Amino acid sequence: MHLGLRYAGDNQLVGDAYVGAVRLHGTVYDGAGDAVPDALVEISQPGPDGRLVRREGSLRRDETTFTGWGRCATDAAGHYSFSTLTPGAPAGRAAFFAIVVFARGLLNRLFTRAYLPGSDLDADRLLSALDASRRQTLICVAENGGYRFDIHLQGADETVFLAYRGDAE
Amino acid sequence: MKAAATPARTESQRAITAEIARIAADYQGKDAPQPLLNYPPYRSSRLRHPKCPVVCVDPDEVECWAPCFGSRDVEPVDADLTTGHSGQPIGERIIVTGRVLDAAGKPVAGQLVEIWQANAAGRYNHQLDQHPAPIDPNFTGVGRCLTEPDGTYRFLTVRPGPYPWRNHQNAWRPAHIHFSIFGTAFTQRLVTQMYFPGDPLFGLDPIYQSIVDPVARQRLIASYDHEVTQPEYATGYRWDIVVAGSRRTWAEPNGDHG
Repeated sequence: MHLGLRYAGDNQLVGDAYVGAVRLHGTVYDGAGDAVPDALVEISQPGPDGRLVRREGSLRRDETTFTGWGRCATDAAGHYSFSTLTPGAPAGRAAFFAIVVFARGLLNRLFTRAYLPGSDLDADRLLSALDASRRQTLICVAENGGYRFDIHLQGADETVFLAYRGDAE
Repeated sequence: MKAAATPARTESQRAITAEIARIAADYQGKDAPQPLLNYPPYRSSRLRHPKCPVVCVDPDEVECWAPCFGSRDVEPVDADLTTGHSGQPIGERIIVTGRVLDAAGKPVAGQLVEIWQANAAGRYNHQLDQHPAPIDPNFTGVGRCLTEPDGTYRFLTVRPGPYPWRNHQNAWRPAHIHFSIFGTAFTQRLVTQMYFPGDPLFGLDPIYQSIVDPVARQRLIASYDHEVTQPEYATGYRWDIVVAGSRRTWAEPNGDHG
């Protein structure tokens, strides 16, 4: 995973100096609470206006072409980090980063969502169907100008993972 | 993972094979075409699989689209793993080709396929790979291409060797090529492995056997295809990849049904 999929700028959806750049970061944990140093996280998201960007350039970054997609391998401490823009959503809807997680020892990818705190979370059908503690695993923590989203593959704080209706799984 | 910090496993292949057989018997006749996330014979899966059931959702708009890649991202030479160095890699030169299709059989066109693999000696070009087999200075083992309008991808590479790993004592992975696939939607994302026909390690490998349905498992094995083979140059393998679901139209939910 680390060998085959990493490339320069993979986690830089925009450069750090880009106006509006924010950091989305977190740690991936296993069921013993240990960090997972060989995971890979990918994100897909709309731009701040809530619109999807259908634009190439994700593999050859230039710091200003926002494509809405990025990839980051976790480091030795299980940590991943993206430089990106805050995703938007239409009025009355919750904004989130769509996330897919891979890891050594994880035999198939896991999908989840990292919702922005403070957006219209109560109106969201997924969140409102979850009890409070499970729901909390899908909501980013706002931090100075960015967001933290830890991912627990297993354990008491296990992240809610998703299947999509319409897929034959 | 720091390979040096991983304790050597003491379980025997015989014990692992017996676990594999027990799980296969439990699942006989059941519909389980995907890998089991909780597959104890693969030791690293034990703490890395969720125990809560996945929650079913209607995909949102962002989940109905895959990222967009193009000629800015990928050059034709990226699909040739035998080039870019001062010499030719050692090993059996092979062509690996096939189509990426969705569940309805429609081609996934213009989409990114990434591969990575060990060299002919079974060694990854990676500092964490400590297998005492030679690194090939002429082989990095990483490639990319975009699918054609009919979903076809094609790579030129060398056949990878099997290699030992630390799951249990005397554990060996069957020779394989890692594939990373995007469909037309975020929901179709897939990372998988392609194997070669007739590998004697299939029955012993907990990663391969984590797909307990034998028919589904077979789909990970490429076919030798003499039509793909090029005279005096390279043997050919064909392997088609089917991603979950089919292209869907995102329907904006009404009002508060976000």
